[in-house]
Amino acid sequence: MNTIDDKKLDSSFVEEVRNTPGGEKIVDCFACGTCAASCPVREFDERFNPRKIIHMVLLGMRDEVMNSDFVWLCSGCVTCQERCPQGVTITELMMALKNIAVKHNIVHPAFSMQAAEVYRYGRLYEVGDLNARREKIGLPRIPEEPDDIRTILDDTGVGKIAREVIGTSD
Amino acid sequence: MRYALFLGCSVPTRGLNYELSSRKVAEKLGIEFVDIPEFSCCGFPIRSVNQDAGFTMAARNLALAEKQGLDVITLCSACAETLQEANYIFKHNPDKLAQINKELAKFGLKYNASIEVKHFARLLWEDIGVETIKKSVVKPLVEATVVAHYGCHYLKPSEIYGKFDDPENPTSLDDLIEATGATTIRNYPEKEKCCGGAILGVKEEDTVKMAGSKLKSIVELGADAMILICPFCSVIYEGNQKKAEKEYDMQFKLPIIYYPQLLGLALGFEPDDVGFKLNRIKAKALLEKLGLRKKPAA
Repeated sequence: MNTIDDKKLDSSFVEEVRNTPGGEKIVDCFACGTCAASCPVREFDERFNPRKIIHMVLLGMRDEVMNSDFVWLCSGCVTCQERCPQGVTITELMMALKNIAVKHNIVHPAFSMQAAEVYRYGRLYEVGDLNARREKIGLPRIPEEPDDIRTILDDTGVGKIAREVIGTSD
Repeated sequence: MRYALFLGCSVPTRGLNYELSSRKVAEKLGIEFVDIPEFSCCGFPIRSVNQDAGFTMAARNLALAEKQGLDVITLCSACAETLQEANYIFKHNPDKLAQINKELAKFGLKYNASIEVKHFARLLWEDIGVETIKKSVVKPLVEATVVAHYGCHYLKPSEIYGKFDDPENPTSLDDLIEATGATTIRNYPEKEKCCGGAILGVKEEDTVKMAGSKLKSIVELGADAMILICPFCSVIYEGNQKKAEKEYDMQFKLPIIYYPQLLGLALGFEPDDVGFKLNRIKAKALLEKLGLRKKPAA
């Protein structure tokens, strides 16, 4: 990574994070590194380092954080959050960063794909033909009625992301 | 004991052995499961994109159960987490609940935050209890030695779960395994490690490395199987085990068995009754050890 360009730092970034559910406590971080030491993803992928991501946000490195794959690499295991001595809700903070990225039209394809599946079926996977197999082994049919879910997703802007994926795949 | 059974996405499509065994075991132990056909995805996969959308989906599911006066039991740990976290927020934040209810009104629903959500394994441990399970066992599985994989969202965030079990050193699933007569290796390297399932679609290589590392340490212990309670952990450890074998250049062939399948055997069900045929990595050696499958003639 190149050194920081002071002119590109954006002090509004940390405020946006603090105002997003999950991000409220980010300024309480005292950079002890318990999160990074506990992170099962970081063990195998140096790019994902929660302490570094938190510090980048505090410095205002909006573009570097938002445009990087690594915000999407949190496995959500909650180990760091359980152990943080400062009570920073780190897993929820990572969720907040992803939500902010989406607000700025940056969505990792893995997540827009998931949104599309949920929009299509009301679930992540189509039940479809599996219902016959389910019934054969004595399990009840699962109806697929995604109308309510589509309404929720459309009303929150997720529908647009889902429909873009569906539009390109059909 | 009557509960709404929340299946979510993975269980009814990719975890039929889990669903089948859970229903059978529940019935045997006097638990009645009610199916609510309108249930959808819990909201977990949507939260990363938009938390409000995810929690509204959760609220809709909760409202459907509340309408029937039923608490909710989940089989998937991610569903347990999402529904419980949403419920925790609604119980503590009336403004948020009011905001969500505006959306639910579109579907003729209203959520009053009056019900509770629990994972099935927690129900077995807390409400049925190890002693009752022990008394119901007709075939103690004494020849089996296994390890418990707790996964993450069964236990964490511990704050919203009321710390029912120690998130750093949990015992509930080990206690449940011992109730079947099987031996559980209570402490093993990487016991607390995450399967990596949530990032499978982001960087498969990382998930495979995470999963493989844990599988390797379990195989080196000589355990007969990994016992788990989350359909997505199973997708990772069973469905991606071949990739993990390749990554670590060794053969694991470790059976991945849902706890209700194991319990089912101890309660007297035949392996096929509790879905062993649907396990992709066959537990043949273990079932032979238990005298539940015939050994091939020597």
